[in-house]
Amino acid sequence: MTARIAISAKIEDARAKSLLHRLKTVFPKSGIQAAFVVSIYTVDAELTPEEMEKSAQRLANPLTETYSLNEVLAPISPDCAIEIGFLPGVTDNTGRTAKETTEDCIGRKFKEGDAVYSSMLLFLTGVSPEDARTFARELHNPLIERARVFAPGEKVPVVVPKVHLNGRAPHADEVDLDVSDEQLQKMSREGIKGRGPLALSLRSMKAIRDHFKTQGRNPTDVELESLAQTWSEHCKHTIFNDPLDEISDGIYRRYIKGATEKIRKTKGKKDFCVSVFKDNAGAIAFDKDYLVTHKVETHNSPSGLDPFGGSVTAIVGVNRDCLGFGLGAKPIANTYGFCVADPNDQKELFRDKGKQQPLLPARRILEGVVKGINAGGNQSGIPTPIGFVAVDPSFRGKPLVFGGTVGLIPRKRGARKLYEKRARPGDHIVMIGGRVGLDGIHGATFSSESLSAGSPASAVQIGDPITQKKFSDALIREARDAGLYSSITDDGAGGLSGSVGEMSREAGGCEVELEKVPLKYPGLSPWQIWLSESQERMTLAVPKAKWRKLKAIFDRHDVEATVIGTFTKSGRVIVRHGGCEVMNVSLGFLHDGRPIEPQKSAKTGRSLKNPPEEVRNADLGRTLLELLARPGIGSIAFISDQYDHEVQGSSVTKPLQGRGRVNADAAIIRPVPDSNKGVVLSHGNTPWYSRIDSYAMAAAAIDTAIRNAVCAGASRKYLAILDNFCWSSSEEPDRLYELKEAARACYDTAIAYGTPFISGKDSMFNDFRGFDASGNDTHIAALPTLLISAIGVIPDVEKAVTLDLKRVGDLMYLVGETNDELGASEYYSMLGEQRGDVPRVDAKKNAKAYDALTTAIEKGLVASALGVGRGGLAVALAKSAIAGKLGARVNLESLPGMAKTAGATLFSESQGRVLVSVRRDAQKEFEKLLKGIPLANIGEVVQAASVSIKLPGQEVEVSLSQLTNAHRSFFKEW
Amino acid sequence: MKKKPYVVIFSGYGLNTEDETKAVFEQIGATADIMHLNEVIAEPAILKKADVAVFPGGFSYGDDTGSGKAYGNRVKQHLGKELDAFLERDTLLIGICNGFQIITSAGILPGALIANDSARYIDRWVDLEVVGDSPWLKGIKTLSVPIAHGEGKYYAPKGTLDGLRDDGRIALRYVEGETAKHFDIPANPNGSLENIAGITARNGRVLGLMPHPERAVRFTQLPHWTWLKEEYVRNGKRMPVDGPGLQLFKNAVEYFA
Repeated sequence: MTARIAISAKIEDARAKSLLHRLKTVFPKSGIQAAFVVSIYTVDAELTPEEMEKSAQRLANPLTETYSLNEVLAPISPDCAIEIGFLPGVTDNTGRTAKETTEDCIGRKFKEGDAVYSSMLLFLTGVSPEDARTFARELHNPLIERARVFAPGEKVPVVVPKVHLNGRAPHADEVDLDVSDEQLQKMSREGIKGRGPLALSLRSMKAIRDHFKTQGRNPTDVELESLAQTWSEHCKHTIFNDPLDEISDGIYRRYIKGATEKIRKTKGKKDFCVSVFKDNAGAIAFDKDYLVTHKVETHNSPSGLDPFGGSVTAIVGVNRDCLGFGLGAKPIANTYGFCVADPNDQKELFRDKGKQQPLLPARRILEGVVKGINAGGNQSGIPTPIGFVAVDPSFRGKPLVFGGTVGLIPRKRGARKLYEKRARPGDHIVMIGGRVGLDGIHGATFSSESLSAGSPASAVQIGDPITQKKFSDALIREARDAGLYSSITDDGAGGLSGSVGEMSREAGGCEVELEKVPLKYPGLSPWQIWLSESQERMTLAVPKAKWRKLKAIFDRHDVEATVIGTFTKSGRVIVRHGGCEVMNVSLGFLHDGRPIEPQKSAKTGRSLKNPPEEVRNADLGRTLLELLARPGIGSIAFISDQYDHEVQGSSVTKPLQGRGRVNADAAIIRPVPDSNKGVVLSHGNTPWYSRIDSYAMAAAAIDTAIRNAVCAGASRKYLAILDNFCWSSSEEPDRLYELKEAARACYDTAIAYGTPFISGKDSMFNDFRGFDASGNDTHIAALPTLLISAIGVIPDVEKAVTLDLKRVGDLMYLVGETNDELGASEYYSMLGEQRGDVPRVDAKKNAKAYDALTTAIEKGLVASALGVGRGGLAVALAKSAIAGKLGARVNLESLPGMAKTAGATLFSESQGRVLVSVRRDAQKEFEKLLKGIPLANIGEVVQAASVSIKLPGQEVEVSLSQLTNAHRSFFKEW
Repeated sequence: MKKKPYVVIFSGYGLNTEDETKAVFEQIGATADIMHLNEVIAEPAILKKADVAVFPGGFSYGDDTGSGKAYGNRVKQHLGKELDAFLERDTLLIGICNGFQIITSAGILPGALIANDSARYIDRWVDLEVVGDSPWLKGIKTLSVPIAHGEGKYYAPKGTLDGLRDDGRIALRYVEGETAKHFDIPANPNGSLENIAGITARNGRVLGLMPHPERAVRFTQLPHWTWLKEEYVRNGKRMPVDGPGLQLFKNAVEYFA
């Protein structure tokens, strides 16, 4: 029996009000007057009418809601109704909870395949049919949802979005590779029988063909898909690993790993790295008992298609990297970063020439990704103390969505080291968490491609944070410490193929029975089960003797755990389905059979000439206000306010600092209840400079991350960094040149600062290839971007410093040199100026300044500190003043450095600079500590509610209220 | 030798603040265990040993179908009688945030927690005035603590509200105090009727509140501690260690002393 429960509010409904407000804001010309929301639960299960009634009572709060069965009663006289529900197969968390509530209520489990589906029915008044269709487009995403508009009185049918997979009994196919090169390339591009890209090079396709020839057979589709996934750029990082020009060991080994090795050697006994580059996250020592881990991931292509689902997956996915570190670290903080286009950008873009597949508007992408991290992070009970929004037109095609997770893990339990793991032959292969469906098929190979019309919708997954939280509790609180498993890894890219394939290297082989894998719905082919990236799953290696105990824990936590095979020492990955062998490949070929692809780069030539003086415009006060109002600089308090940063009780410095609540660039948490030690987190993201010079961009990103951490109280001597490269068109020689330059900068700068890389990730094809509104070919390549995330440990959180000015009379200092480095600055971007010198990092000089500042902070001399970043000194002054709700009177006539013009003094983005305030009785000691370092005493904190800046020949004064309003203006209505 | 109370902290299905809640109870000398709801359902005798029961904060069932509803239904169906028996003894029970939503859904406290007026999840600090009697709140007049919720607006029909007021069961109200003034933000963060932040039952032994006292037990958790610190530094004084929420937990331990 299929029945419908409709639940509506009987008191004022904030959600309906907010929806109405949103529609009025986005469509100011519509006549919309009222909105009313009804929650629909479509129950597809055998329930008696009494059971249905009882379930409905449970699902409605009797004080605030009413329910009806089958008939949906319109509570107002609507002009139209819109129903929005999920497409078949899309994760429906609300439906799942409704199902569990119903099961609990009727006292029995549903039959296999029975379910509850959630949807929303919206009644509107004052709306034309045309408006209703526009609203429906605004309110749903056709890749994952269905929407239908109903006229008044029209009957709303009951829709059951159940997945039905038709066709033959699922089995594996043999794939004939004895075909022409052209056909091999076509197969790589379009997939086996056009089912989605393999994204293998011709060289790799041939290597696979030749390998199977020696075996005297063709590969099965399971084998070919599995090899494509294992060898993908996404999983093997081929561009970073293969030779590039004269760098025969590849830029990763030479520049990233090479830097870490050298730094660790130099540090000797002071080396704090414990596990680098080999696990799902990197780890450094916290104290003698604990390690802290960090990992940052991107989820760009899926977030472009489904911003909400994509970013939920980004964050819960990287949480699993933390849970999959060693034998499992507890996630203690999330970080985020969104590189997007200006949300007001109105340009229309399409994935297809026929303009049937529009890209989502820039505004909806940002709204969606913000909401996704909200859902993923908040529901998981992990604080999100820090993040950023960066804006550039080049992110219009594909946004960059970064999600990071910091973890805490005890070094040992008894004699076992918890940060090491090894699956053993004979261990059960156990899959825990969610079930397997078609979602996320080809995620790994998809992210190795551009976003285009062929991008598969099934590449989108929606995370289910609660299922993950449930198994996270079972793992970290119970099973790990009881020693019930010998290895664990995340089912991320490539699903079981990736996780089991990887763990098989530890044991020496595996045998998997695919029909034991729990499915969301029947009918999946073997390759789909093996490759699916359905979320919220991890794979464990469980000694046979421990299985029953482990299973009991997972049962209690209401999480599925299933034995799907055995680890062996056969040297082979053997997969069966329905008694037939569908994969039998040697570990050696699977992991090391990929042919090396030598790469060549070609130098790019760009003019670095400074533009003439006249582009530097006149009214500097107004310019400052305009800069503060830009989305890349403006306050993102609306995000910080909706991300829980206090859960776990570890918060020390907040994402919004000072009375005026200004976003910080660093955060400190105190993760162990009885220790005053703190973990400092910060980021550096400066993609703009790669317009002119990717070496300078990478150096600035590292410098910025370190500077931000130092300002909060960290020491560069106990600071590690993570690299996330997001490139585009990476097969092109000039892009490879930029990459090589950026990697070289990583090496030089990290070594100069002594800050080792401990983990990293890359995403190499952030291109959009599609069509504009006139149907012309369009290619948008995201700026070469390097996000640097820093993590450090400080001995005492009570020494932490925030960015807000604290007291009237405090002295203000600028540490570092100000040069005429306006190239690719926010100021020039605003003026439309393309030329100019980008900021150069003098790491040796800066390191001295940072060390002196660290000492000053440790001695308690610094009242506030803020790294000078995007928008330059003027923006930093404004932010400190807004945050402190105090004025500042400064004189910038003679700053150290080469800046000559007023524009450069105020807006140059020279690196290595920090704006500091110091109480007067600490002046002597502070100045003494910073002796020999470029330093200017620029003025003082004042009661007057303005920032006034003296420059050669002129004075700029802007009131605090104007600055504050400008800073809060862009996202005011968000 | 004082009696060490035994605290049972519920967990599971997305509750997520049990670790820090346990840490606070242990810091002040209680014995605390985190118990999965299904563990207590399987062995309800656990409650017979407990002096304090805690439904902590979190996101049970992802707030799907309404915050606290699914967990609350499960509690009511499987542990309703046992919790009644627990409360018949001289025990204490607290529901914090999602825990408050759960115990209202389970019928232990009246009213409902509905979507914030902003229709959005919000994390900020609030100032509370103690207006009712409860062992949990003994000796506290005002305190500042954080909230973090999407559905924290207290709602009850007029009759219920009048009853709560007349019986002195409104425990905590949002007021414009230290942090609201400092940051210039509204006192009532979510539109709660009558600015209600917490209510009680059973002579104050049961307390439900949206704010999180366990996240305000140290001075360095305050949102403006680096600003306050300057006052101590300039006067040559030592910065305090404890935060305003700690007293509430101390009260619970004292109750059994």
